[in-house]
Amino acid sequence: MKTNSEIYNLTVNGETHQVRDSWVGESLLYVLRERLGLPGSKGACEQGECGSCTVIMDGQAVCSCLVMAATAIDSDIQTIESLSPNGVLTEVQNAFITEGGVQCGFCTPGLVVAIEHLLSQNSDPSELEIKEAISGNICRCTGYGRIFEAVENAISVRKANNR
Amino acid sequence: MSVVVPRTLKDALSATAANPSALIIQGGTDLMVEINFNHRQPTDVIALRLIDELRTFQINQDNKQVTIGAGLPYQTMEHGEIANLLPALAQAARTVGSPQIRATGSIGGNLGTCSPAGDALPVLSALNGTVNLQKADSARSVSIHDFMIGVKRNSRQPGEIIVSTTLPIVTGWQGYAKVGVRNAMVISVASCCLVVDRANGTISVALGAVGPTIVRCRETEAWLATKIDLKTKSTVAPKLLQEFGDRIAEESRPIDDHRSTAAYRRHAVAVLSRRLLTRANAQ
Repeated sequence: MKTNSEIYNLTVNGETHQVRDSWVGESLLYVLRERLGLPGSKGACEQGECGSCTVIMDGQAVCSCLVMAATAIDSDIQTIESLSPNGVLTEVQNAFITEGGVQCGFCTPGLVVAIEHLLSQNSDPSELEIKEAISGNICRCTGYGRIFEAVENAISVRKANNR
Repeated sequence: MSVVVPRTLKDALSATAANPSALIIQGGTDLMVEINFNHRQPTDVIALRLIDELRTFQINQDNKQVTIGAGLPYQTMEHGEIANLLPALAQAARTVGSPQIRATGSIGGNLGTCSPAGDALPVLSALNGTVNLQKADSARSVSIHDFMIGVKRNSRQPGEIIVSTTLPIVTGWQGYAKVGVRNAMVISVASCCLVVDRANGTISVALGAVGPTIVRCRETEAWLATKIDLKTKSTVAPKLLQEFGDRIAEESRPIDDHRSTAAYRRHAVAVLSRRLLTRANAQ
Protein backbone atom coordinates (compact mmCIF):
# COMPACT_ATOMS: atom_id res chain seq x y z
CA MET A 1 0.00 0.00 0.00
CA LYS A 2 2.85 2.37 0.67
CA THR A 3 5.01 3.47 -2.19
CA ASN A 4 8.32 5.17 -1.96
CA SER A 5 7.78 8.28 -4.02
CA GLU A 6 11.26 7.99 -5.48
CA ILE A 7 10.73 4.60 -7.13
CA TYR A 8 7.39 3.28 -8.32
CA ASN A 9 5.99 1.31 -11.24
CA LEU A 10 3.42 2.45 -13.80
CA THR A 11 1.66 0.18 -16.28
CA VAL A 12 1.52 2.08 -19.55
CA ASN A 13 0.36 0.55 -22.83
CA GLY A 14 0.65 -2.91 -21.30
CA GLU A 15 4.25 -2.49 -20.18
CA THR A 16 5.58 -1.95 -16.68
CA HIS A 17 7.78 1.11 -16.39
CA GLN A 18 9.88 1.96 -13.37
CA VAL A 19 9.89 5.63 -12.43
CA ARG A 20 12.98 6.73 -10.52
CA ASP A 21 14.12 9.90 -8.78
CA SER A 22 10.83 11.69 -9.32
CA TRP A 23 9.28 14.41 -7.18
CA VAL A 24 6.06 13.49 -5.40
CA GLY A 25 3.97 16.16 -7.13
CA GLU A 26 4.81 15.24 -10.72
CA SER A 27 1.79 14.81 -12.96
CA LEU A 28 1.25 11.69 -15.00
CA LEU A 29 1.61 13.86 -18.11
CA TYR A 30 5.07 15.01 -17.04
CA VAL A 31 6.20 11.49 -16.19
CA LEU A 32 4.90 10.07 -19.49
CA ARG A 33 6.65 12.72 -21.55
CA GLU A 34 9.82 13.45 -19.63
CA ARG A 35 10.62 10.20 -17.85
CA LEU A 36 9.07 7.40 -19.92
CA GLY A 37 9.79 8.74 -23.41
CA LEU A 38 6.13 8.89 -24.45
CA PRO A 39 5.69 12.44 -25.79
CA GLY A 40 2.48 11.75 -27.71
CA SER A 41 0.28 13.20 -24.95
CA LYS A 42 0.61 16.98 -25.13
CA GLY A 43 0.86 19.52 -22.33
CA ALA A 44 -0.75 22.91 -22.82
CA CYS A 45 -2.88 24.30 -20.02
CA GLU A 46 -1.89 21.93 -17.18
CA GLN A 47 -5.22 22.70 -15.52
CA GLY A 48 -7.60 20.25 -17.18
CA GLU A 49 -9.13 22.74 -19.58
CA CYS A 50 -7.65 21.83 -22.96
CA GLY A 51 -7.75 18.02 -23.09
CA SER A 52 -4.45 17.76 -25.07
CA CYS A 53 -3.11 15.35 -22.45
CA THR A 54 -6.08 12.96 -22.50
CA VAL A 55 -5.21 9.33 -21.76
CA ILE A 56 -7.30 6.29 -20.87
CA MET A 57 -6.89 5.25 -17.26
CA ASP A 58 -8.73 2.13 -16.07
CA GLY A 59 -11.16 2.53 -18.97
CA GLN A 60 -11.89 6.24 -18.43
CA ALA A 61 -10.72 9.20 -20.49
CA VAL A 62 -8.92 11.52 -18.07
CA CYS A 63 -6.57 14.50 -18.21
CA SER A 64 -3.12 13.08 -17.41
CA CYS A 65 -2.01 16.52 -16.19
CA LEU A 66 -4.49 16.16 -13.30
CA VAL A 67 -3.33 12.72 -12.19
CA MET A 68 -0.55 12.61 -9.62
CA ALA A 69 1.76 10.08 -11.26
CA ALA A 70 2.87 8.41 -8.03
CA THR A 71 -0.78 7.61 -7.23
CA ALA A 72 -1.35 5.96 -10.63
CA ILE A 73 0.26 2.70 -9.51
CA ASP A 74 -2.04 -0.29 -10.01
CA SER A 75 -3.85 1.48 -12.87
CA ASP A 76 -3.96 0.50 -16.52
CA ILE A 77 -2.86 3.52 -18.56
CA GLN A 78 -3.28 3.70 -22.33
CA THR A 79 -1.77 6.62 -24.25
CA ILE A 80 -2.05 7.77 -27.87
CA GLU A 81 1.08 5.65 -28.57
CA SER A 82 -0.94 2.47 -27.86
CA LEU A 83 -3.31 3.04 -30.79
CA SER A 84 -0.93 2.26 -33.64
CA PRO A 85 2.02 0.36 -32.16
CA ASN A 86 3.13 -0.95 -35.58
CA GLY A 87 2.49 2.24 -37.47
CA VAL A 88 -0.88 1.09 -38.80
CA LEU A 89 -3.29 3.95 -38.18
CA THR A 90 -6.77 3.44 -36.72
CA GLU A 91 -9.92 4.47 -38.59
CA VAL A 92 -10.10 7.59 -36.44
CA GLN A 93 -6.51 8.57 -37.15
CA ASN A 94 -6.96 7.96 -40.89
CA ALA A 95 -10.17 9.98 -40.92
CA PHE A 96 -8.43 12.93 -39.28
CA ILE A 97 -5.95 12.92 -42.18
CA THR A 98 -8.46 12.44 -45.00
CA GLU A 99 -10.97 14.99 -43.64
CA GLY A 100 -8.36 17.63 -42.79
CA GLY A 101 -9.03 17.38 -39.07
CA VAL A 102 -5.38 18.12 -38.33
CA GLN A 103 -3.97 21.61 -38.73
CA CYS A 104 -1.27 22.51 -36.22
CA GLY A 105 -1.80 19.06 -34.70
CA PHE A 106 -1.25 19.95 -31.07
CA CYS A 107 -4.76 18.99 -29.92
CA THR A 108 -4.94 15.92 -32.18
CA PRO A 109 -3.60 13.22 -29.80
CA GLY A 110 -6.06 14.25 -27.07
CA LEU A 111 -8.96 14.42 -29.51
CA VAL A 112 -8.11 11.05 -31.04
CA VAL A 113 -7.95 9.41 -27.60
CA ALA A 114 -11.26 11.01 -26.56
CA ILE A 115 -12.95 9.90 -29.80
CA GLU A 116 -11.52 6.35 -29.64
CA HIS A 117 -12.88 6.19 -26.08
CA LEU A 118 -16.31 7.38 -27.22
CA LEU A 119 -16.46 4.85 -30.06
CA SER A 120 -15.36 2.04 -27.75
CA GLN A 121 -18.41 2.78 -25.58
CA ASN A 122 -20.85 3.76 -28.31
CA SER A 123 -20.23 2.67 -31.90
CA ASP A 124 -22.97 4.90 -33.36
CA PRO A 125 -23.07 8.15 -31.39
CA SER A 126 -25.42 11.02 -32.20
CA GLU A 127 -24.06 14.45 -33.13
CA LEU A 128 -24.81 15.65 -29.62
CA GLU A 129 -23.00 12.69 -28.08
CA ILE A 130 -19.95 13.40 -30.26
CA LYS A 131 -19.97 17.07 -29.23
CA GLU A 132 -20.34 16.08 -25.61
CA ALA A 133 -17.49 13.56 -25.82
CA ILE A 134 -15.02 16.16 -27.13
CA SER A 135 -16.34 19.10 -25.11
CA GLY A 136 -13.21 18.82 -22.95
CA ASN A 137 -10.81 19.06 -25.90
CA ILE A 138 -9.96 22.48 -27.26
CA CYS A 139 -8.86 23.01 -30.88
CA ARG A 140 -7.93 26.55 -31.87
CA CYS A 141 -7.33 25.88 -35.58
CA THR A 142 -10.08 23.88 -37.23
CA GLY A 143 -13.28 25.35 -35.85
CA TYR A 144 -14.25 21.72 -35.17
CA GLY A 145 -16.19 21.25 -38.44
CA ARG A 146 -13.55 19.03 -40.00
CA ILE A 147 -13.11 17.17 -36.74
CA PHE A 148 -16.83 16.30 -36.69
CA GLU A 149 -16.52 15.20 -40.32
CA ALA A 150 -13.56 13.01 -39.35
CA VAL A 151 -15.61 11.37 -36.60
CA GLU A 152 -18.52 10.72 -39.02
CA ASN A 153 -16.04 9.30 -41.55
CA ALA A 154 -14.44 7.04 -38.92
CA ILE A 155 -17.86 5.80 -37.79
CA SER A 156 -18.86 4.80 -41.33
CA VAL A 157 -15.51 3.10 -42.01
CA ARG A 158 -15.75 1.23 -38.73
CA LYS A 159 -19.30 0.14 -39.65
CA ALA A 160 -18.07 -1.06 -43.06
CA ASN A 161 -15.36 -3.01 -41.23
CA ASN A 162 -18.05 -4.44 -38.90
CA ARG A 163 -16.58 -2.74 -35.88
CA MET B 1 8.46 12.29 1.29
CA SER B 2 5.89 9.58 0.83
CA VAL B 3 2.87 8.74 -1.24
CA VAL B 4 0.37 6.33 0.25
CA VAL B 5 -2.27 4.78 -1.99
CA PRO B 6 -4.48 2.73 0.34
CA ARG B 7 -7.06 0.32 -1.08
CA THR B 8 -9.39 0.29 1.92
CA LEU B 9 -10.87 3.03 4.06
CA LYS B 10 -9.42 1.32 7.14
CA ASP B 11 -5.90 1.56 5.73
CA ALA B 12 -6.53 5.19 4.70
CA LEU B 13 -7.66 6.04 8.24
CA SER B 14 -4.52 4.40 9.67
CA ALA B 15 -2.47 6.47 7.27
CA THR B 16 -4.14 9.75 8.26
CA ALA B 17 -3.79 8.84 11.96
CA ALA B 18 -0.07 8.23 11.45
CA ASN B 19 0.36 11.46 9.51
CA PRO B 20 -2.54 13.88 10.17
CA SER B 21 -0.93 16.70 8.20
CA ALA B 22 -0.48 14.70 4.97
CA LEU B 23 -2.18 16.10 1.89
CA ILE B 24 -5.31 14.07 1.09
CA ILE B 25 -6.03 13.86 -2.63
CA GLN B 26 -9.25 12.48 -4.15
CA GLY B 27 -9.64 12.86 -7.94
CA GLY B 28 -6.91 15.47 -8.19
CA THR B 29 -8.75 17.75 -10.60
CA ASP B 30 -8.34 20.72 -8.28
CA LEU B 31 -5.21 19.94 -6.22
CA MET B 32 -3.12 19.00 -9.24
CA VAL B 33 -3.76 22.43 -10.79
CA GLU B 34 -2.29 24.04 -7.67
CA ILE B 35 0.65 21.63 -7.74
CA ASN B 36 1.27 22.05 -11.49
CA PHE B 37 1.43 25.81 -11.01
CA ASN B 38 3.73 25.45 -8.01
CA HIS B 39 1.22 27.03 -5.63
CA ARG B 40 1.54 23.99 -3.42
CA GLN B 41 4.52 21.69 -2.84
CA PRO B 42 3.31 18.56 -1.09
CA THR B 43 5.70 16.25 0.71
CA ASP B 44 3.42 13.57 2.13
CA VAL B 45 0.35 12.53 0.17
CA ILE B 46 -2.50 10.12 0.89
CA ALA B 47 -4.41 9.32 -2.30
CA LEU B 48 -7.97 8.01 -1.98
CA ARG B 49 -8.50 7.14 -5.64
CA LEU B 50 -8.37 3.34 -5.25
CA ILE B 51 -10.77 3.02 -2.30
CA ASP B 52 -13.88 1.30 -3.64
CA GLU B 53 -15.85 1.98 -0.43
CA LEU B 54 -15.74 5.71 -1.19
CA ARG B 55 -17.02 5.20 -4.72
CA THR B 56 -20.42 3.73 -3.90
CA PHE B 57 -23.85 5.12 -3.02
CA GLN B 58 -26.73 3.79 -0.94
CA ILE B 59 -30.42 4.60 -1.31
CA ASN B 60 -32.50 4.23 1.84
CA GLN B 61 -36.17 4.50 0.89
CA ASP B 62 -37.30 4.01 4.52
CA ASN B 63 -35.41 7.11 5.69
CA LYS B 64 -35.88 8.84 2.32
CA GLN B 65 -32.14 9.44 2.09
CA VAL B 66 -29.32 8.91 -0.38
CA THR B 67 -25.75 8.55 0.90
CA ILE B 68 -23.13 9.25 -1.74
CA GLY B 69 -19.52 8.16 -1.29
CA ALA B 70 -17.02 11.03 -1.26
CA GLY B 71 -15.11 9.58 -4.21
CA LEU B 72 -18.04 8.70 -6.47
CA PRO B 73 -17.26 10.39 -9.79
CA TYR B 74 -19.65 13.05 -11.03
CA GLN B 75 -20.31 11.10 -14.23
CA THR B 76 -22.16 8.49 -12.11
CA MET B 77 -24.62 11.18 -10.94
CA GLU B 78 -25.54 12.50 -14.38
CA HIS B 79 -27.90 9.60 -15.17
CA GLY B 80 -29.52 6.67 -13.42
CA GLU B 81 -30.80 6.24 -9.89
CA ILE B 82 -29.10 9.26 -8.31
CA ALA B 83 -30.33 11.50 -11.14
CA ASN B 84 -33.90 10.23 -10.68
CA LEU B 85 -33.94 10.90 -6.95
CA LEU B 86 -31.77 14.05 -6.88
CA PRO B 87 -32.31 15.83 -10.21
CA ALA B 88 -30.66 19.06 -9.01
CA LEU B 89 -27.50 17.12 -8.17
CA ALA B 90 -27.55 15.47 -11.60
CA GLN B 91 -27.84 18.90 -13.25
CA ALA B 92 -24.97 20.27 -11.16
CA ALA B 93 -22.84 17.18 -11.92
CA ARG B 94 -23.51 17.67 -15.63
CA THR B 95 -22.05 21.19 -15.50
CA VAL B 96 -18.75 20.13 -13.90
CA GLY B 97 -15.83 20.67 -16.29
CA SER B 98 -15.68 18.13 -19.11
CA PRO B 99 -16.16 14.35 -19.44
CA GLN B 100 -12.51 13.97 -18.44
CA ILE B 101 -13.08 15.97 -15.24
CA ARG B 102 -16.39 14.25 -14.43
CA ALA B 103 -14.64 10.86 -14.69
CA THR B 104 -12.57 11.66 -11.60
CA GLY B 105 -14.09 14.72 -9.87
CA SER B 106 -16.27 14.02 -6.84
CA ILE B 107 -18.35 15.60 -4.07
CA GLY B 108 -15.58 14.67 -1.62
CA GLY B 109 -13.20 16.81 -3.63
CA ASN B 110 -15.65 19.74 -3.73
CA LEU B 111 -16.11 19.46 0.05
CA GLY B 112 -12.39 19.12 0.73
CA THR B 113 -11.51 22.15 -1.38
CA CYS B 114 -14.61 24.02 -0.17
CA SER B 115 -14.46 26.63 -2.92
CA PRO B 116 -17.70 28.66 -3.11
CA ALA B 117 -17.68 27.80 -6.84
CA GLY B 118 -17.80 24.03 -6.19
CA ASP B 119 -20.73 22.89 -8.31
CA ALA B 120 -22.19 20.31 -5.91
CA LEU B 121 -22.14 22.57 -2.88
CA PRO B 122 -25.25 24.72 -3.58
CA VAL B 123 -27.20 21.46 -3.99
CA LEU B 124 -25.94 20.13 -0.67
CA SER B 125 -26.87 23.44 0.96
CA ALA B 126 -30.37 23.72 -0.54
CA LEU B 127 -31.09 20.11 0.50
CA ASN B 128 -29.66 20.60 4.01
CA GLY B 129 -27.21 17.76 3.39
CA THR B 130 -24.97 16.14 5.94
CA VAL B 131 -21.22 15.53 5.63
CA ASN B 132 -19.99 12.27 7.13
CA LEU B 133 -16.39 12.18 8.37
CA GLN B 134 -14.29 9.42 9.92
CA LYS B 135 -11.11 9.16 11.94
CA ALA B 136 -9.29 5.98 12.87
CA ASP B 137 -11.24 5.68 16.12
CA SER B 138 -14.36 7.81 15.61
CA ALA B 139 -16.98 9.05 13.18
CA ARG B 140 -19.15 12.15 13.08
CA SER B 141 -21.73 13.80 10.88
CA VAL B 142 -21.99 17.54 10.45
CA SER B 143 -24.52 19.72 8.66
CA ILE B 144 -23.24 21.17 5.39
CA HIS B 145 -24.04 24.62 6.83
CA ASP B 146 -21.55 24.04 9.69
CA PHE B 147 -19.02 22.23 7.52
CA MET B 148 -18.29 25.19 5.22
CA ILE B 149 -16.67 27.92 7.30
CA GLY B 150 -14.94 30.21 4.81
CA VAL B 151 -13.33 30.59 1.41
CA LYS B 152 -11.65 27.22 0.85
CA ARG B 153 -12.00 26.48 4.56
CA ASN B 154 -14.00 23.71 6.17
CA SER B 155 -14.34 22.15 9.60
CA ARG B 156 -12.56 18.91 8.73
CA GLN B 157 -10.10 18.09 11.51
CA PRO B 158 -6.56 16.78 10.98
CA GLY B 159 -6.68 13.02 10.55
CA GLU B 160 -10.30 13.04 9.37
CA ILE B 161 -11.41 11.76 5.98
CA ILE B 162 -14.62 12.96 4.31
CA VAL B 163 -16.30 9.63 3.56
CA SER B 164 -19.74 10.56 2.23
CA THR B 165 -22.62 13.00 2.11
CA THR B 166 -26.23 12.20 3.00
CA LEU B 167 -29.02 13.98 1.13
CA PRO B 168 -32.79 13.73 1.66
CA ILE B 169 -35.15 12.52 -1.06
CA VAL B 170 -37.78 15.27 -1.23
CA THR B 171 -41.06 15.49 -3.11
CA GLY B 172 -41.23 18.54 -5.35
CA TRP B 173 -39.36 20.22 -8.19
CA GLN B 174 -35.64 20.87 -7.85
CA GLY B 175 -33.06 22.29 -10.23
CA TYR B 176 -29.64 23.83 -10.66
CA ALA B 177 -28.48 26.56 -13.02
CA LYS B 178 -25.11 28.14 -13.58
CA VAL B 179 -23.52 30.98 -15.52
CA GLY B 180 -20.06 30.60 -17.01
CA VAL B 181 -18.16 32.04 -19.94
CA ARG B 182 -18.96 29.17 -22.28
CA ASN B 183 -21.11 26.05 -22.37
CA ALA B 184 -18.52 23.39 -21.57
CA MET B 185 -15.50 23.42 -19.30
CA VAL B 186 -16.36 26.31 -17.06
CA ILE B 187 -15.87 27.12 -13.45
CA SER B 188 -18.97 28.83 -12.16
CA VAL B 189 -19.28 32.62 -12.33
CA ALA B 190 -22.54 32.30 -10.38
CA SER B 191 -24.82 29.36 -9.69
CA CYS B 192 -28.14 28.66 -8.02
CA CYS B 193 -29.97 25.62 -6.68
CA LEU B 194 -33.70 25.75 -5.90
CA VAL B 195 -35.55 22.95 -4.12
CA VAL B 196 -39.32 22.77 -3.59
CA ASP B 197 -40.21 20.53 -0.65
CA ARG B 198 -43.96 19.86 -0.89
CA ALA B 199 -44.18 17.83 2.33
CA ASN B 200 -42.68 20.63 4.43
CA GLY B 201 -44.16 23.41 2.32
CA THR B 202 -40.83 25.13 1.76
CA ILE B 203 -38.71 26.45 -1.08
CA SER B 204 -34.99 26.60 -0.42
CA VAL B 205 -32.46 28.54 -2.47
CA ALA B 206 -28.67 28.31 -2.31
CA LEU B 207 -26.16 30.33 -4.35
CA GLY B 208 -22.64 29.44 -5.48
CA ALA B 209 -19.67 31.70 -6.26
CA VAL B 210 -21.33 34.82 -4.81
CA GLY B 211 -19.92 34.76 -1.27
CA PRO B 212 -17.13 33.31 0.85
CA THR B 213 -19.08 30.07 1.11
CA ILE B 214 -22.37 28.92 -0.41
CA VAL B 215 -25.05 31.55 0.38
CA ARG B 216 -28.30 30.09 1.65
CA CYS B 217 -31.06 32.66 1.06
CA ARG B 218 -33.01 32.23 4.29
CA GLU B 219 -34.50 35.74 4.33
CA THR B 220 -35.98 35.34 0.87
CA GLU B 221 -37.21 31.87 1.79
CA ALA B 222 -38.95 33.30 4.89
CA TRP B 223 -40.47 36.15 2.82
CA LEU B 224 -41.77 33.69 0.25
CA ALA B 225 -43.33 31.57 3.01
CA THR B 226 -45.44 34.58 4.06
CA LYS B 227 -46.71 35.04 0.50
CA ILE B 228 -47.76 31.54 -0.36
CA ASP B 229 -48.74 28.29 1.35
CA LEU B 230 -46.85 25.75 -0.71
CA LYS B 231 -48.63 22.84 0.92
CA THR B 232 -51.93 23.90 -0.61
CA LYS B 233 -50.87 25.99 -3.60
CA SER B 234 -48.71 24.59 -6.33
CA THR B 235 -47.35 27.67 -8.06
CA VAL B 236 -45.86 31.02 -7.15
CA ALA B 237 -47.75 33.97 -8.66
CA PRO B 238 -45.81 35.55 -11.55
CA LYS B 239 -46.10 38.97 -9.92
CA LEU B 240 -43.90 37.70 -7.08
CA LEU B 241 -41.12 36.61 -9.45
CA GLN B 242 -39.52 40.04 -9.85
CA GLU B 243 -39.32 40.72 -6.14
CA PHE B 244 -38.13 37.14 -5.53
CA GLY B 245 -35.10 37.63 -7.80
CA ASP B 246 -34.42 41.09 -6.36
CA ARG B 247 -34.37 39.69 -2.84
CA ILE B 248 -32.10 36.80 -3.85
CA ALA B 249 -29.66 39.31 -5.39
CA GLU B 250 -29.84 41.35 -2.18
CA GLU B 251 -28.85 38.31 -0.13
CA SER B 252 -25.87 37.43 -2.33
CA ARG B 253 -22.44 38.71 -1.29
CA PRO B 254 -20.38 38.68 -4.49
CA ILE B 255 -16.97 40.20 -5.12
CA ASP B 256 -15.03 41.37 -8.17
CA ASP B 257 -12.39 38.82 -9.13
CA HIS B 258 -10.61 37.32 -12.16
CA ARG B 259 -13.77 35.48 -13.25
CA SER B 260 -16.36 38.25 -13.08
CA THR B 261 -17.62 41.34 -11.31
CA ALA B 262 -19.80 41.64 -8.24
CA ALA B 263 -22.42 43.61 -10.20
CA TYR B 264 -22.72 40.98 -12.91
CA ARG B 265 -22.88 38.16 -10.36
CA ARG B 266 -25.64 39.91 -8.41
CA HIS B 267 -27.62 40.35 -11.63
CA ALA B 268 -26.92 36.73 -12.61
CA VAL B 269 -28.28 35.19 -9.40
CA ALA B 270 -31.48 37.25 -9.75
CA VAL B 271 -31.97 35.90 -13.28
CA LEU B 272 -30.99 32.32 -12.38
CA SER B 273 -33.26 32.17 -9.33
CA ARG B 274 -36.25 33.59 -11.26
CA ARG B 275 -35.56 31.13 -14.07
CA LEU B 276 -35.51 28.18 -11.66
CA LEU B 277 -38.70 29.32 -9.91
CA THR B 278 -40.38 29.68 -13.31
CA ARG B 279 -39.33 26.12 -14.16
CA ALA B 280 -40.64 24.92 -10.80
CA ASN B 281 -43.96 26.62 -11.56
CA ALA B 282 -44.21 24.87 -14.92
CA GLN B 283 -44.18 21.45 -13.28
